[in-house]
Amino acid sequence: MAEEQTDTTVTDPDAADEAVETQVDEARDGIVEGFRRELGDAVVASEIHPGQDLWIRVTADAWRSAAEAARHALGARYFCFLSVIDWLPSPYGRSMDAAVDLELARQAGEEPSVPSSELQHGVTGGDTRFQLLARVADVGRPGEFWGVTLKADLGDDLTVDSWVPVYAGADWHEREAWEMFGVTFTGHPGLRHMYLPSDFEGHPMRKEFPLLARMVKPWPGIVDVEQMPGADDEAADESGDAS
Amino acid sequence: MTAGTDRQKLQYIAARAADARVNVELETEGMTLNIGPQHPATHGTLRIVARLDGEQVIAAEPIAGYMHRGYEKIAEVRTYAQVTTLVNRIDWLGSFANEVPFILAAERLMEVEAPPRATWIRTLLFEMSRIANLILFLGDMGVQLGAITPVFFAFRDREYVLDQIERVTGGRFHPNFDRIGGLKDDLPKGWLEDTKRVMDKVRTFCDEIEDLLMGSEVFQERTRGIGVIPPDVAVQYGLSGANARASGIDWDLRRDACVGLAYPEVDWKVWTHPDGDSFARFWVRLQEVREATRIIDQLADGVPSGPVMAKVPRIIKVPAGEAWVSTENPLGEMGYYVVSQGDLTPFRLKIRSASFNNVSITPWLLRGVYVPDIVTILASLYFILGDIDR
Amino acid sequence: MTSLLGLELAYWQSTLIRVLAGLVAVLLLTGGVVYLYLFKFVSFMQSRLGPMEAGPYGSLQLLAEVGKWLQKEDIHTEDSDRLIFGLAPAVVLSSTFLMFVVIPAGPDLVIANLGTGIYYVLAVSALSVLGILMAGWASANKYALMGALRAGGQLIAYELPMVLAVLGVVIMAGSLNLQDIVQAQATGEIFGISAIGNPFILTQFVAFAVFMIAVQAELTQTPFDMPIAESELVAGYQVEYSGIRFLVYFISEFATAVAFAAVASTLFLGGWALPASWGLSDGVMNVVGPILVATKAVLLVGVVFWTRFSFPRFREDQLQRLAWKVLIPIALANILLTAVFKVAF
Repeated sequence: MAEEQTDTTVTDPDAADEAVETQVDEARDGIVEGFRRELGDAVVASEIHPGQDLWIRVTADAWRSAAEAARHALGARYFCFLSVIDWLPSPYGRSMDAAVDLELARQAGEEPSVPSSELQHGVTGGDTRFQLLARVADVGRPGEFWGVTLKADLGDDLTVDSWVPVYAGADWHEREAWEMFGVTFTGHPGLRHMYLPSDFEGHPMRKEFPLLARMVKPWPGIVDVEQMPGADDEAADESGDAS
Repeated sequence: MTAGTDRQKLQYIAARAADARVNVELETEGMTLNIGPQHPATHGTLRIVARLDGEQVIAAEPIAGYMHRGYEKIAEVRTYAQVTTLVNRIDWLGSFANEVPFILAAERLMEVEAPPRATWIRTLLFEMSRIANLILFLGDMGVQLGAITPVFFAFRDREYVLDQIERVTGGRFHPNFDRIGGLKDDLPKGWLEDTKRVMDKVRTFCDEIEDLLMGSEVFQERTRGIGVIPPDVAVQYGLSGANARASGIDWDLRRDACVGLAYPEVDWKVWTHPDGDSFARFWVRLQEVREATRIIDQLADGVPSGPVMAKVPRIIKVPAGEAWVSTENPLGEMGYYVVSQGDLTPFRLKIRSASFNNVSITPWLLRGVYVPDIVTILASLYFILGDIDR
Repeated sequence: MTSLLGLELAYWQSTLIRVLAGLVAVLLLTGGVVYLYLFKFVSFMQSRLGPMEAGPYGSLQLLAEVGKWLQKEDIHTEDSDRLIFGLAPAVVLSSTFLMFVVIPAGPDLVIANLGTGIYYVLAVSALSVLGILMAGWASANKYALMGALRAGGQLIAYELPMVLAVLGVVIMAGSLNLQDIVQAQATGEIFGISAIGNPFILTQFVAFAVFMIAVQAELTQTPFDMPIAESELVAGYQVEYSGIRFLVYFISEFATAVAFAAVASTLFLGGWALPASWGLSDGVMNVVGPILVATKAVLLVGVVFWTRFSFPRFREDQLQRLAWKVLIPIALANILLTAVFKVAF
């Protein structure tokens, strides 16, 4: 097991003893330094989980220059993915969760939290509802592999420079982000629908877009769960993970 | 990488120059050919709209989405345990491999570690699903080229592998066997010995394919120098897995960023090929199947004893946080970006599937090729529709 | 009055008997070949059983298939040219059956003993291109059109090496008549040994190889099946055909395979004849001959199918390159050498 849990948020005392604040990921520190050198103040925040991963948040204006810096200056030539996170808590609350799970959680004394209406940003924080999310990596040199997840807050106009001139592979990912979230990428060669019919209206991956199938018929619904003969008690236990 | 680059460049330039000559000499009126969504070459429902000049492609535009199932959206209302059922169906030929990175990402957020035995069995099944998946590729490549016999051998020998997967997980295609913190069950008795016997059969199959298909002059004529992807283009488009390695990029997540799997414990090799053409992609995958049998043999010898499940709460609530875990799946890099806000369900799940990137190169790659080469190039890029339309 | 097997019959009577007997023989042979190779031989190659339900070991499967095709609705595309669309399979099928007219199965068993026999065979076999082009154009389908054009280019390209390969045999036999070619092989001798006659495969092995490759291409079988290339063109010129019209294509595909194999066995393997030195009478040969030529033809069809199910397919330009840059020069060199040796010895 190469994986090491050395994050500062570790609560397990055993793991924390050996690792808290002692482990410094020099390689990843160097990458953050590299981005700061190239982009200056445009790097808003960064977070390193030593031995695991690296996040860097840049301003939306510097979105393309971040890609250029990553590709040309730092050597992350490999484009992994590009997407968007909608941080709005679901306006439908928990109403679309499966009834079985809610019931199970209630039995276990774990009342599902009612999500607050405030935006709760994740790693590296954020200010706006929509956040760009992309990952690039340096590949091809054995032993020197590293990757970075780049983030950027999107302004209200939901417009940002396209990455296609830097990473040609961003083409389809940006089309997907455009159709699923309504983010416009300036400089993209053709923002067409990727998956949906060309006359589709709305942006399905936004949180306020209802998952209609769930709204019409709760799934799986407690009535759908067939009890095993003579296993009345266990059935409830099992259906949670073995559905 | 450097060894192949000059050769690739020359091949590429020569091919483009020849095409340009033909275009000037024999300019004809264009025609639009719609390939798919129902077409034998698209194994699934990928549609390609090709603008043709004679039999030469001027522009090709793949159109996906005929099978899009919205897993990223559905995952937001499903518990972590239920998501594995969904992701099983992304690359349906190597289902178990789809579960692993998601489970690993959830484990990372929960700070749970699977016990060593579970890790080894995961790695075993991971490689088994790689074999089950790639065997079919090796046979299917023949079908796309008109040789229908290899695919029957492929189906025959894949069945042995699927039988073994079924004996452990109960499912041939969709095992849904991985759990946060370990595995659902332990291995059945005698399974490891049988698996090693199956690996012998798989190696024999590889030899057969090498003789019957790869050794054929016609096969080489059809694939050598066709669909050449230079390494810098490959990484730009995010090609991963065998497609990248066939362009000479020495990169394998199993070796370079192995998370929570037992690859560092075994002795194996990353195969690359400098040419970047359809043949190279076939060759690399063939070697990968052989390498996978070697990995499985070694793993089967050293499975540690112990439990297969760590202590996890009965109701899985994942602490708030974000995690990205990707693994080297049969089709390439498959990763999940899991955003949790401490609930029963993921807040956002970004699925990075290999085929989506691998196929996004086709408009660039298909420009200037002939209609028959569309088929070989698509087959050699090897995509699963479920992996494009998540 | 003509005589057929010792019976005195009117000309129309003997013609009718010959044509009917020929049709029955051809269809039986074709059906046998389909069962033997397409259903069973290939299945065993591909580690499966093939049809097992209809009849003993699935031997009646073909009848079931034909019954199925006959019942199917006759579909054509809206924009298709219906007359041409319907006519095309008939053209292909008649080209096939016309080939059998001159192939001898015994001293007297030939429908028409033409003086220019082999020339006639090659000419009528080329007619099928016409039917295929008609089918491709009339289907109003791009795949069909591309398939038909590929077929056009391919069949014409491979006509040439085939003719040139046959020329070697013609030089050896000194005749275009197929009966004469058979006799030449039966009565010939190699290095003074006449025990096995002189099947031209022994001296014309280059021509035989060229001929069989060209046959493979003429039959549009893998590795030369671009006109119907399933994974690219779905089914090429046959894509819009179903039911009885497809059945006609199906029959003609396999009957043509039998026809070419019969021609090849006549030209290279001695045809119906046994070596003349064995001294068998014509009466015996009229019974043994058909069995001999059918066996040889079926074996050669086996070679065609063996190849078909072993190889991937070429690309169109590679196929043309093979014809023009390899096969034709080889065939020409073979003619030259044959002529030199013929004059020298």
